[in-house]
Amino acid sequence: MNELAIKDLLYKLADDQLILGHRNSEWTGFGPILEEDIAFSSMAQDKIGHSLAFYTLLQELGEADPDTVAFTRNAEQFHNSQLVELPNGEYDFSLIRHFLYDNAEIIRFEMLSQSSYEPIAKVATKLKGEVKYHVLHANTWIKNLGASTEEAILRLQSALNEALPYALSMFEKSKYEQELIDAGVYGGEEAVKAEWLKRIQAVLEKTDLKLPDVESIEPKFGGRYGEHTEHLQLLLDEMAEVFKIDPTAEW
Amino acid sequence: MYGGGNVFEATKFDDVQTEDPAKLAEFEARIARGEKIEPTDWMPELYRKQLIRMIEQHAHSEIIGALPEGTWITRAPGFRRKLAQMAKVQDEVGHAQLLYSAAETLGKSREQMLTDLISGKSKYSNVFNYPAFTWADSNIISWLIDAGAIVNQMANAKGSYGPYSRALERICAEEAFHLKYGHDAVVHMATGSPKQREMIQAALNRWWPPIMTFFGPSDKMSTHTETLMRWKVKMASNDECRQQFLDMYVPKIWELGLTVPDPKLKKNMETGQWEYTEPDWDEFKRVINGDGPCNAERLAVRRTAEERGAWVRRALLNPKAKYVKPLA
Repeated sequence: MNELAIKDLLYKLADDQLILGHRNSEWTGFGPILEEDIAFSSMAQDKIGHSLAFYTLLQELGEADPDTVAFTRNAEQFHNSQLVELPNGEYDFSLIRHFLYDNAEIIRFEMLSQSSYEPIAKVATKLKGEVKYHVLHANTWIKNLGASTEEAILRLQSALNEALPYALSMFEKSKYEQELIDAGVYGGEEAVKAEWLKRIQAVLEKTDLKLPDVESIEPKFGGRYGEHTEHLQLLLDEMAEVFKIDPTAEW
Repeated sequence: MYGGGNVFEATKFDDVQTEDPAKLAEFEARIARGEKIEPTDWMPELYRKQLIRMIEQHAHSEIIGALPEGTWITRAPGFRRKLAQMAKVQDEVGHAQLLYSAAETLGKSREQMLTDLISGKSKYSNVFNYPAFTWADSNIISWLIDAGAIVNQMANAKGSYGPYSRALERICAEEAFHLKYGHDAVVHMATGSPKQREMIQAALNRWWPPIMTFFGPSDKMSTHTETLMRWKVKMASNDECRQQFLDMYVPKIWELGLTVPDPKLKKNMETGQWEYTEPDWDEFKRVINGDGPCNAERLAVRRTAEERGAWVRRALLNPKAKYVKPLA
């Protein structure tokens, strides 16, 4: 198997989770109710932990150690989709992003747990149980708030419309896409997207929210190839602020 | 993280004059026997009032205390510190949740407590009105402020009110991990590069004066709290807590080669008491009453969070639902 293809897949998985984990963590102390502070913080810890697991696999393939990889690269070296790097905005946007992201993430993990590349399969099998709870959390809140007050429904609908072009960019194909599918490493983005649409539709049907026609939306592609919004570099600078004071030091 | 101190109003014998003497005597006898008072038990109004005030201040201290350290989560250097810092700050918010629930058993809703926090009517631990300028400040908070909180909370866990006492036992168990984390982070800084050592000493210099006021004013200037001590609401005096803290942590600070920025600090071997420069209690009063470096910022963050989250709470609540006092 082409090692570059595996690395590309691992970077995509790890970077998504590292960045969304940091965004989720920004809700600590700032949530609409204490229970949501705690939930977002808990998911943030899981996500950052998951990114560490994938960076560790990369290290085994000869890449630098996880701290160096996570905290010293520049935005153009990141493979995350633009969805995860956008600022938290209001809780409506964060919740919608969490819903759209984790419903795709669980499908990736389910697929990867069957991967022919054993190290990924092991990690995905171990971690998918945690992602299951993230999905449960997102779906529960969407069902609750998406069928509550007019104000909440309007806010969530508007956040959904705003987030969708970025969410669709999660499925931007790797240049090794076919190779990974042929080798049985990964089921591929089209398969993830098709299943994702079914699952989010099933939840949204239980609410007053409407999924816009996704075929008419142009995805904000580029993230998987290092093209990002200005928000990513700002976040990366923040993440590296202490590390950079003395990169040789043990913190 | 909460150090108590300066939270009690003066109590006078008059305050309990209106209570039924027989019930009051039975209540006091139960406490003297070491029994816990539970939410549905009879209790003097003064007891209820002071407990609400105390538990509420403690809860506020946890959520406000999450702010200075919370800002360091995204900036925490490396996976190991980052994951620990996140878990630690999350614990503090979890403590607030536990404590608001404990206070609610006495009849005040969480929403009302948060409203009083934002309006400035109720207080929180004064140390959080000081800024965490650097990563090292965050480490000093994790170690020494949590250490101080444990001293206070271990004492209060033996208090008479059941729900508060049980919440504190759980909180202390978690704080013990924070202390280990904070100590480990400070050890790495204090034994690290010259830059790290300089950062941690500077942070200790900044935080020492607030730490010395953490347990509240000296007993000689505090309001009388005999009734509250008898009722096991307040379990240790401010000075006792401060002495215990100095006993436990000054040697550990010295061990790391750090200097405590108080030339008068020493243990008097004859009395067994620590001697120190008297903290600036005028500054303490000024800051607790709103005029500190971060009071406005802390409350503004909390107010913004409440305002921005209001639509979520409105959506969750059935407008016809009434506040129900939960069981402990």
